Amino acid sequence: MDFSSGIFFQVAVDGIVLGFMYALIALGYTMVYGVLEFINFAHSEIFILGAFVGAELLLGLDASGALAALHPAVVILMIVFAGMLASGLAAAALERIAYRPLRGAPRLVPLISAIGASFFLQDFIRLFESLWRNTFYLNYPTLDILDYNITLGAAVEIPFKSLLVIVTALAMLAVLYLFVNKTKLGTAIRAVAQDPDAAALMGIPVDRIITLTFFVGGAMGGAAGVLFGLHYSLINPYSGFGPGLKAFTAAVLGGIGNIPGAVLGGLVLGLMEAFAASYLAVLTNGAFGAEYKDVFAFAVLILILIFRPKGLLGEKVREEGA
Amino acid sequence: MEPRECKVFVVNVGLAAYIALTSVLVYSFPRSVSAFLLFEASLFLIYYAPLARAAKLVFTAAVLIVLMPFLGAIEGYYIEVAIQIGIYVALALGLNIVVGFVGLLNLGFVAFYAIGAYLWAIFGSPQANAFISGGHFPLAAGWFFAFLAGGIALGAVTGVLLGLPVLRLRGDYLAIVTLGFAEVVRALVNNLDKPVNLTNGPQGITPIQRPPLFFQPLLDAIGIHREPAALYPIYFYFLVLALLLAVVFVTRRLEDSPIGRAWKAIREDEIAAVAMGVPVVRMKLLAFAVGASFAAGVGVLFAAKQGFINPESFTFMESIGVLAMVILGGMGSIPGAILGATIVTILNLQLLKGLSLWLNALRQSGEVLVIPFLGSFDLSQIPAQFEPAKYERMVFGLILILMMIFRPQGFLPPSQGSAALTARKTDGSKQRAAGEK
Repeated sequence: MDFSSGIFFQVAVDGIVLGFMYALIALGYTMVYGVLEFINFAHSEIFILGAFVGAELLLGLDASGALAALHPAVVILMIVFAGMLASGLAAAALERIAYRPLRGAPRLVPLISAIGASFFLQDFIRLFESLWRNTFYLNYPTLDILDYNITLGAAVEIPFKSLLVIVTALAMLAVLYLFVNKTKLGTAIRAVAQDPDAAALMGIPVDRIITLTFFVGGAMGGAAGVLFGLHYSLINPYSGFGPGLKAFTAAVLGGIGNIPGAVLGGLVLGLMEAFAASYLAVLTNGAFGAEYKDVFAFAVLILILIFRPKGLLGEKVREEGA
Repeated sequence: MEPRECKVFVVNVGLAAYIALTSVLVYSFPRSVSAFLLFEASLFLIYYAPLARAAKLVFTAAVLIVLMPFLGAIEGYYIEVAIQIGIYVALALGLNIVVGFVGLLNLGFVAFYAIGAYLWAIFGSPQANAFISGGHFPLAAGWFFAFLAGGIALGAVTGVLLGLPVLRLRGDYLAIVTLGFAEVVRALVNNLDKPVNLTNGPQGITPIQRPPLFFQPLLDAIGIHREPAALYPIYFYFLVLALLLAVVFVTRRLEDSPIGRAWKAIREDEIAAVAMGVPVVRMKLLAFAVGASFAAGVGVLFAAKQGFINPESFTFMESIGVLAMVILGGMGSIPGAILGATIVTILNLQLLKGLSLWLNALRQSGEVLVIPFLGSFDLSQIPAQFEPAKYERMVFGLILILMMIFRPQGFLPPSQGSAALTARKTDGSKQRAAGEK
């Protein structure tokens, strides 16, 4: 078995990158679950929508020649913000159109609507891109800076794009942490999550806070989408589904409704997946290879739900059956 | 004549005339989608007609057993569509038990369908030789019926095995876990070509043995000599029809039994059901088993009909498609599941494909469309990637969202409505207790 430090480190970096990606997406699931106790199944499409908006902007800049003139940091900031804005708005719009009319209905009803929204959005993106570009597989234009490798020591190289994902994700998480814990709006979100009825009595506009929660969660997903595109280059309207499901797994793993839990769950799942992909074949003498990494993620989900449904950092978000 | 008799007479004649007229239409325009739609609508007219049961049965039999195979023999496409609809109706009825009767959202229903299909595909093709030596495979066609029964049993067993650990989960988690289960099954099917080649991976399995033509000597005896190739479509049609009748029969008997009432009690209010002594876990397992066995049985038939299967036929989209059928028709309603499956299958098979063909024709016509004030548009410029036939997901998605917002009980809701779908929040405590467990 090859546990030589170089490969091990590389796998760890891949796992952390994947983990932060999952963490950013998982925030959308977990925040919405926190306020509504509802699985926003369409969040995976909100995520991939961000990737598409980022790609379109980048392709637009490329076509107009502005891409070469701008500093790469400006470009990256621009597309991340564009992706965040688009995804946030889409998530908020989705809430208004497909979920709010169903508020108070039995639990399965909004969930089914969310599944419908997920499918609708996948094909909507495909429709738009097919009409606009006559293809729905988009390639992120390459930015030279992304292909740099940063050498650490003798055998270890970190690709710049991995670093970019990690740094951006950390920055976003820090901002989100401050927003949720230190601002009035964040306090309002936490209040609604704790008890919507009491929050309403305290004068908090619950409906608006719920829309805001969707917006913030969606924006995090959109940022993850742009980072996903920058890191893996090729996107299509259906490529959000897998990461979305795994991010949901991460949210459940960390304890759904719990923001630090989502980050922890994302990192754990990302690392496990990266190591499974690299070492499963070695550990089983080639019988099972990297293709089982998805099975692995779902197996984790099923086991967690059966044995510790409240997750690693889970606490009761709200009284059950009260 | 009494007014009532007169009315019955008019209805009878009207129905017969409608059926005759649409049959003639289908016969004279063998490629027309609308003619076929009108013909299929006759089944629902029969269902709603104010007639005695016996009369309805006669009409239904006339349409399904006489006219449909006859028209199908003329234009093979129709019998193909009818078989597809039948397969989806059976799947929808299976899912209807789990989602509609008990209120458990199963998003991985297609996994059971895959299990049934692969069971016959592996042993009804040379595939099994890869791991059982001796060259016994493919098994003779006669084994098909044994495997149909075996598939149904295997479906029930896997349903229970999946149900045992997950049924304690709350509804929305249950949905995600069943989804995960289906993805695991698909990943296994996709990758179990090594270390031992069980499923032949993404290439799929072909050729799969078809069911035995046991009745051919009989046909020869009465002087009908047909090639097997001409017989198979109609044969499959009748097989699907027979399976469907069995499924409808079982579902109806279950619905009106103490088991069915226990299921509905669980759906409406699990806590109350427990209090009334309903063995909730056993009842839920039973529902999982029955639904799964339907799906696996249909899967066996599907593999035999297609002659080729690969993991692509068992994606998440199929699960959601079947869910859309159940919801469109009305959860917990047998006629609803039939209606939903029919509409969705026709939408996908005929309407979307028809639109695609029409767009292609427009594209090739090279004409220029002039829209006043907006300018002209060269029709050959319609992007080639825009193919309506590929937008099944959009159709499913729209069905789910619109139905949930505007008509959560579906178009043909069950006679005793379900509070599990339509009840609105009256006060918080009640809603949470009733809505979910």
